[in-house]
Amino acid sequence: MKIVYRDQAWKLPGRRRVQDAIREVGLIPHAVLVVRDGRLLTGDLMLEEEDEVKLIAVISGG
Amino acid sequence: MKCRKCNRQAAINMRRHKLALCETHYPEWFVAQTQRAIEKHHMFGPDDRVLVAVSGGKDSLALWDVLLKLGYQASGLYIDLGIEGYSTPSREKVERFAAQRPGAEFVVVDLKAEYGETLPEVAGRVRRGRGKPCSVCGLIKRHAMNRVARDSDYNVLATGHNLDDEVAVLFGNVLHWQTGYIARQAPVLPADREGFARKVKPFCRFYERETAAYTLITAIDYIYDECPYATGATSLQHKDVLNRMEEESPGTKAQFYLGFLRARKAGFFCAQAEEVELHPCTTCGQPTSAPGLCAFCRLWRATGE
Repeated sequence: MKIVYRDQAWKLPGRRRVQDAIREVGLIPHAVLVVRDGRLLTGDLMLEEEDEVKLIAVISGG
Repeated sequence: MKCRKCNRQAAINMRRHKLALCETHYPEWFVAQTQRAIEKHHMFGPDDRVLVAVSGGKDSLALWDVLLKLGYQASGLYIDLGIEGYSTPSREKVERFAAQRPGAEFVVVDLKAEYGETLPEVAGRVRRGRGKPCSVCGLIKRHAMNRVARDSDYNVLATGHNLDDEVAVLFGNVLHWQTGYIARQAPVLPADREGFARKVKPFCRFYERETAAYTLITAIDYIYDECPYATGATSLQHKDVLNRMEEESPGTKAQFYLGFLRARKAGFFCAQAEEVELHPCTTCGQPTSAPGLCAFCRLWRATGE
């Protein structure tokens, strides 16, 4: 699966739960929201190898 | 995970509430919770004129959106600080937001046009802003909000501060035992003087994660990047620490803040709440604790001394 966060991207092999994938790239699940095809995902969902998700930092703006 | 209301796929799971909601029911919950906070803290009513300070970020635009949905008389105030690469895109977000909502009016205070200098320029000139302009920025914003509210008869000033913002401030003040600041932190600050607006924070019970989810689900286009001057800010470091604690123990941030509000209400910080005598500034008339000019008016007189 491909994980994109700001100007960084990671490729992880195999299937994983959303929250496990976030931890694996060194981020805090509580501090990001996960979007796939424009939809928000909860942490328990399973991501497949071919999935691409975008992580949105919840801290942002002025 | 399923939505508690309709059993469809949930879009967000709020562990502290043990509540998961879908894309339809989450915005409904969010709007209703905002109304609850407004009522609980006696912030304002339908007859009040509310000025919402909008930065182009997620919290302030979400707040404006929710207040309009709830039918309040809510206008926006955007303060253009002239920060290169940041102020223009932020302003565009505000303009686009308003253009999409018939009747959403807003005022712009353009620092350069009205006072002759941008924030980086004035901060570079005065001692207060050396190194970091954040202190000067706060001073300018407070002054502009008070001025517009008074000139245009708004009796309530609303900001988009969320629970994470409030907790980060409280945490920082506790670390340094800034008892006077702790005593003054509240969801509602009464007007300093006759003719000035009271300040309210209707989102103070929402996690930052919750306001971000609302803007994403309702497709509010906001400025995602942090202000360039916020990089490395202590408040962001505190937020990071607090989020790590929250991850391990859901509800930690809410317990810390809501427990503080209860203690405050019970009078725990009364002794620290100093009564500061305020006078009108001799130039602008805004309340100031110093005799003569207020800190804002002194900024434009200062030449780096």
